[in-house]
Amino acid sequence: MYNFDFVKPATLDEAVAALGGEDAQPLSGGQTLLPSMKQRLNAPGVLISLTGIAALKGVKLEGRTLVIGAATPHAVVATEAASVYPALAALAGGIGDPAVRNRGTIGGSLANNDPSACYPAAALGSGATIVTNTREIAADDFFTGMFETALEQGEIITAVKFPVPEKAAYLKFQQPASRFALTGAYVAKYQDGVRVAITGASEGGVFRWTEAEEALNRSFTAEALNGLSLPAEGMMGDLHGTPAYRAHLCAVMTRRAVTAAG
Amino acid sequence: MPKDGGIGASTKRREDIRFLTGRGVYTDDLNLHGQTFAVFCRSTVAHGKIVSIDTSATEAMPGVLAVFTGEDFKDVGGNPAGWLINSRDGTPMREPKRPVLAHGKVRHVGDAYAAVVAETYAQAKDAAEQLAADTVIDELPAIVDMKAAVADPSNRVHDEIPDNLCFDWGWIEDNRAAVDEVFKSAPHVTTLELVNNRLVPNAMEPRASIGEYFPGTGDYKLTTTSQNPHLTRLLIAAFVMGIPENKLQVVAPDVGGGFGSKIYHYGEEAVVLAAAKKLKRPVRWTAERSESFLSDAHGRDHVTKIELACEKDGTFLAFRTETLANVGAYLSNFSTATPTFLHGTLMAGPYKVPKVYVNVKTVFTNTAPVDAYRGAGRPEATFSLERVIDKMCRELGLDQFEVRRKNFITPDMYPYTTPVGLVYDTGNYHATLDKALEMTDLAGFEARAAEAKSRGKLRGLGLSTWIEACGIAPSNLVGVLGSRVGLYDAATVRVNATGNISVMTGAHSHGQGHETVFAQIVAEKLGVDANSVEIVHGDTAKIPFGMGSYGSRSLAVCGSAIDRAMGKIIAKGKKIAAHMLEAAEGDIEFKDGTFSVAGTDKAKTFGEIAFSAYVPHNYPLETLEPGLEETAFYDPGNFTYPAGAYLCEVEVDPDTGKVQVVAFHCADDFGNIMNPLIVEGQVHGGVGQGIGQALCENTSYDENGQLTSASFMDYAMPRADDVPFYNVDYSCQTPCTHNPLGVKGCGEAGAIGSPPAVVNAVIDALHRGGYDHVTHIDMPVSPARVWAAMQKH
Ligand SMILES: Cc1cc2nc3c(=O)[nH]c(=O)nc-3n(C[C@H](O)[C@H](O)[C@H](O)COP(=O)(O)OP(=O)(O)OC[C@H]3O[C@@H](n4cnc5c(N)ncnc54)[C@H](O)[C@@H]3O)c2cc1C
Repeated sequence: MYNFDFVKPATLDEAVAALGGEDAQPLSGGQTLLPSMKQRLNAPGVLISLTGIAALKGVKLEGRTLVIGAATPHAVVATEAASVYPALAALAGGIGDPAVRNRGTIGGSLANNDPSACYPAAALGSGATIVTNTREIAADDFFTGMFETALEQGEIITAVKFPVPEKAAYLKFQQPASRFALTGAYVAKYQDGVRVAITGASEGGVFRWTEAEEALNRSFTAEALNGLSLPAEGMMGDLHGTPAYRAHLCAVMTRRAVTAAG
Repeated sequence: MPKDGGIGASTKRREDIRFLTGRGVYTDDLNLHGQTFAVFCRSTVAHGKIVSIDTSATEAMPGVLAVFTGEDFKDVGGNPAGWLINSRDGTPMREPKRPVLAHGKVRHVGDAYAAVVAETYAQAKDAAEQLAADTVIDELPAIVDMKAAVADPSNRVHDEIPDNLCFDWGWIEDNRAAVDEVFKSAPHVTTLELVNNRLVPNAMEPRASIGEYFPGTGDYKLTTTSQNPHLTRLLIAAFVMGIPENKLQVVAPDVGGGFGSKIYHYGEEAVVLAAAKKLKRPVRWTAERSESFLSDAHGRDHVTKIELACEKDGTFLAFRTETLANVGAYLSNFSTATPTFLHGTLMAGPYKVPKVYVNVKTVFTNTAPVDAYRGAGRPEATFSLERVIDKMCRELGLDQFEVRRKNFITPDMYPYTTPVGLVYDTGNYHATLDKALEMTDLAGFEARAAEAKSRGKLRGLGLSTWIEACGIAPSNLVGVLGSRVGLYDAATVRVNATGNISVMTGAHSHGQGHETVFAQIVAEKLGVDANSVEIVHGDTAKIPFGMGSYGSRSLAVCGSAIDRAMGKIIAKGKKIAAHMLEAAEGDIEFKDGTFSVAGTDKAKTFGEIAFSAYVPHNYPLETLEPGLEETAFYDPGNFTYPAGAYLCEVEVDPDTGKVQVVAFHCADDFGNIMNPLIVEGQVHGGVGQGIGQALCENTSYDENGQLTSASFMDYAMPRADDVPFYNVDYSCQTPCTHNPLGVKGCGEAGAIGSPPAVVNAVIDALHRGGYDHVTHIDMPVSPARVWAAMQKH
């Protein structure tokens, strides 16, 4: 790790101001950023910690929308969202290990947009809205590619708004080593339609499987997906799975998610 | 009922109290006055010519005290291979020099070519980064694939070795023609090509070393993560640095796991010593996890073709194997013994197969050195045998249990000389197989499979009947086989004046539980309270010259040395008692901690004898020396031969290819059992590692020699949810006939016996599910590989 300065503001305004400084980067749970700094792969000059800002923390229900502060750890979502949005809570409870869940945050996960991460599938699959210090961004516009998002330099995610679906489920097939998603499917049924988001599979990061959505709009059953498949082309290939295997898992995990959603 | 704290009691491990409460003292826990920090520059390319290393900018950096490159060590000795192997044509193996720091060329990613020592760790890190930037290395094509390495003589890991071959070994070469004859006329031949996957040891504690130099005396001290401090001292003193042995103290304090990877001497140890001398300050280094992945000696890495010739009824006629064994870029200390005498000699298994021939070509590649890892050679032999036997049973439609029974050596055949040069002293393989079947509830398997099917899962059952040679020892035998060291062990039993006992052992405990078990043996034999016995190990200044712990040798060899030293203590105690009780020495009996005159009530307790030994008023000093301390060296007559039967049940998810081990039954024969709790723990750990090898662990180098599985994000270690609740039995006991404790060793058993049981179970599950085109899947049997195998219709 290289030397860096550390700032822990108490308000969003202070954080935004500090982020204007040269070489500054927000630090949330640090579960992604700190390991990369330890390995000297990342060297911000100033870390602006977000976890001391009360306004960025907490889970609350506003009508049929669940609003989660960006600096809310996975473990808190796992318990506090459980009664309102069980699929989302279960997803949060399945991330990493207890240490990761007690530090890592939803804002950090979405900003990072790891192509194998879980939360991006929940946000896209729920048609969530990502709220920042300057604007609101629809999930459909937020994830722009592997490790890439619509966030501007210095822009901070402050909250994520999840419309609560009628039913939903997330099924993750674990990569054997990291236990991130080798492929994960998030299926959510809303009054106005079904959304299916797939993570861990595509070279472009999380994506919506529109053919599956259409089929499920006709009939929300696993059988409705019979015969549907995704092409191997454009899928990731690595030690743990070929593109063809990932394409296959997309269909398996989606079917299982539909069954699990009930 | 075993005596409390004595032999056979499930005494809880006394060392766990400090390990589990964070009070262990590991190398990195030591903080020394004036200490400095070393950081190594490691090659980022697999193969390259070192063109230049400009140290000037680095030397000028804040806190930098010294910079070392390969040039500084070019005149000192190389780190040697401990075992000389001759090729089939009689020529000795090729032994390229393994320098302290790479010189001229770098030969694998992670190969250290320079070291920087600075006042702080951060300064040393910064300086090493600068030095790397000021180093020019011309990348050369990497030699990664063993077949290509042998086939292409133009590209060489070591310029002087044209075909990248260390040796081409035949075992037993004289039997080659006869074995070939059997195959020509055999009624059935089963052939299997398989890979025994390379493993990264991943001890919980990474390697660490601290060098000290004392200018007043010229003494050196090395504190290091070693499984055998005397061996490390010998290698550094006699081969690498020429420090007189009596001027070098090597201490291996608490060590957090080794699995073989800490047997060997590594260049970092020499660097911290040389730097300490230069700076006259302590120099410390602790590997980062990434360094461990890149530079610890890896394990396994064989590519094998095995053939089994048999009658149509499954009676074995011969085994024949051709193996390519990867040694990596340099010869690590035991790297040449592992694929040969720890592998080829086991290729008859527990079977009365008349003919066996083993060919091993050992190949240099631009990868990390490969050496012994828990089981070392014997897992490779067991995997090849048990997989090809399983395949043969399927081909001929034979019952796998009956085929084993038909071919097992029977209890009336001992001592049994195998066609691959070993003499098994005792065993009963039918008994362990029967036991395992009883534990499995074989009759209930179909019902379990049907229930699994109702959940969409394919259930399978896999068997492995394994044997190993361990208690790695007999010096005369290993000497004939090419070992350059003796493999006896040593112990000193010191009875202190107040009656408590210090036992100095050549064994080194890095998680095995010696402090508990050895004390139990002493307590039993000397009739004292186990809590009054202290086990001292891991410091060349304290212990007699021992060879350390590996090859399941601690109890069989080092424990026997302790037993022998205790025999001397008892003999001396009898002399003292005879003097004190005014009786003839021959009339003194020793039992339950009391010396008595036979047939009388005259007696002295062990404590009284000890006290008198150190307060020798009225001693007949001409015939009786004061003191009660004895040393014994023990060199056994043979290896020991633990064996057993493992049955594994798996469930395969046909949609994803994921394999779950749902039951694992072990029936082992370890001879006499000293502490059942520790035996069970060793089997659990060993089977866990075997399941890791079978299902999870994939060490992957790409075609450029980059390790693509260089962190826990990609290298899958087995976790709690990958392993089942184990069912372990050790009630089948045929005690070893040649060591005083009758013990065989249990440390490696699980890792040796389990991988083929798991893979056989997966193949069984797939066949039961209708995927009978799948004859083999290479380890690790990952979900992706299972799914891919299922697709090939
Ligand atoms: C062992 C382990 C296992 C894991 N397993 C999983 C898993 O199974 N599934 C999974 O999805 N993830 C997993 N993770 C990742 C984990 O969820 C991380 O917590 C998450 O990816 C990043 O969140 P963080 O709060 O730690 O962010 P940080 O590491 O603090 O930051 C990550 C990045 O986001 C930026 N950032 C942080 N907060 C904001 C914000 N509010 N606005 C704008 N930018 C911001 C930072 O500058 C940085 O670039 C695992 C991590 C570890 C270490």
